[in-house]
Amino acid sequence: MHQPTHTHADDHAGGYGIYLKVWLGLIVFTGITVAAAGVDLNSAGLTIALALLIASVKTALVVYFFMHIKYEHLLFKLMLAVCAITFVIFIGLTFFDIAYR
Amino acid sequence: MSSHSNAIVAHKHPSDVEGAKIAMWLFLFTEVLLFGGLFILYAVYRYQYSLDFHLAATELNASLGAINTVVLLTSSLTVALSIEALRRGNRKLSLWMLFITIVCALTFMVIKYFEWSAKIHHGIYPGSETLLTASSGEIVFYNLYYAMTGLHGIHVLIGMGVLGGMFYFIARKPINKEAINYDVVERIRGGSRMAVLADDGRELGDVINIDDKVERVEIKVIYENTPEKFDPRNEIKLENSGLYWHIVDVIWIFLFPLFYLII
Repeated sequence: MHQPTHTHADDHAGGYGIYLKVWLGLIVFTGITVAAAGVDLNSAGLTIALALLIASVKTALVVYFFMHIKYEHLLFKLMLAVCAITFVIFIGLTFFDIAYR
Repeated sequence: MSSHSNAIVAHKHPSDVEGAKIAMWLFLFTEVLLFGGLFILYAVYRYQYSLDFHLAATELNASLGAINTVVLLTSSLTVALSIEALRRGNRKLSLWMLFITIVCALTFMVIKYFEWSAKIHHGIYPGSETLLTASSGEIVFYNLYYAMTGLHGIHVLIGMGVLGGMFYFIARKPINKEAINYDVVERIRGGSRMAVLADDGRELGDVINIDDKVERVEIKVIYENTPEKFDPRNEIKLENSGLYWHIVDVIWIFLFPLFYLII
């Protein structure tokens, strides 16, 4: 049939299997998040950092595979980077302010 | 017939898949920054009231939060599978996966409803008398909890609507109405006739003269409803809907540990 929607994403060979594996990884990381929250790391900062680190890894999995960033043009990756860096600057500057009041 | 009309469809709508996707991503960035503002608010207050946040968070049901996390992650999987299935021309599997996604979204909202009801039943909601007697850190925690999970819940509902719409688009017999634009009608006015030609050049059906009385030409293309033939534009629509759904999932990935798992 006529197929006008050929994109980069059509080139990948992953298929259904890769999505199932990613999902399994996400579930495992959710388990780790819950388990890690029960561990007393003697530092609230460390606990938050660990939770955020795991959440970031999960996000990376979703964005990279489920949202097809892996198969997109460089432009998409750059746009994503600009958004992420903007957000990190916001958070960074906010805490630069809060921490030294 | 079908090859001719398809050519017109493709010509009139040079399907700019990349452009559509870029637009969707730009919208998603605004969503990220919308929630990002709230996350910054959360971060600052958690820094200031870490003990109060800890006390307040013990009231939340971590098991329900974890179940909802798994529900949303699973829905993210099924919507990704739905897109993959549609791309491979497996319409039936695509619809099933989409159906499971919508059921997961509904499950998430039902669990959320019970969580919120329990809290409200205990008198914990923004501005309640019980909450006003609590410490300011706890008040801030619950205000943020309701604001952020509430805004997220609205996104889940919108996502359900969008995915439901996609289910309809993919399930229905695809119909395309294509209008030839005014400039083209002007150019062919007078000396033109419109007819459907068979492969051997025979004119089929009525032949229409494009004269002064014709204002607009509309061509209605009806595709057969078989697994192999469907409106190809559904692919990018479903992909963009999926992107939205994944962002809703990603936001929850952060909300869950930040509200339910504070020690």
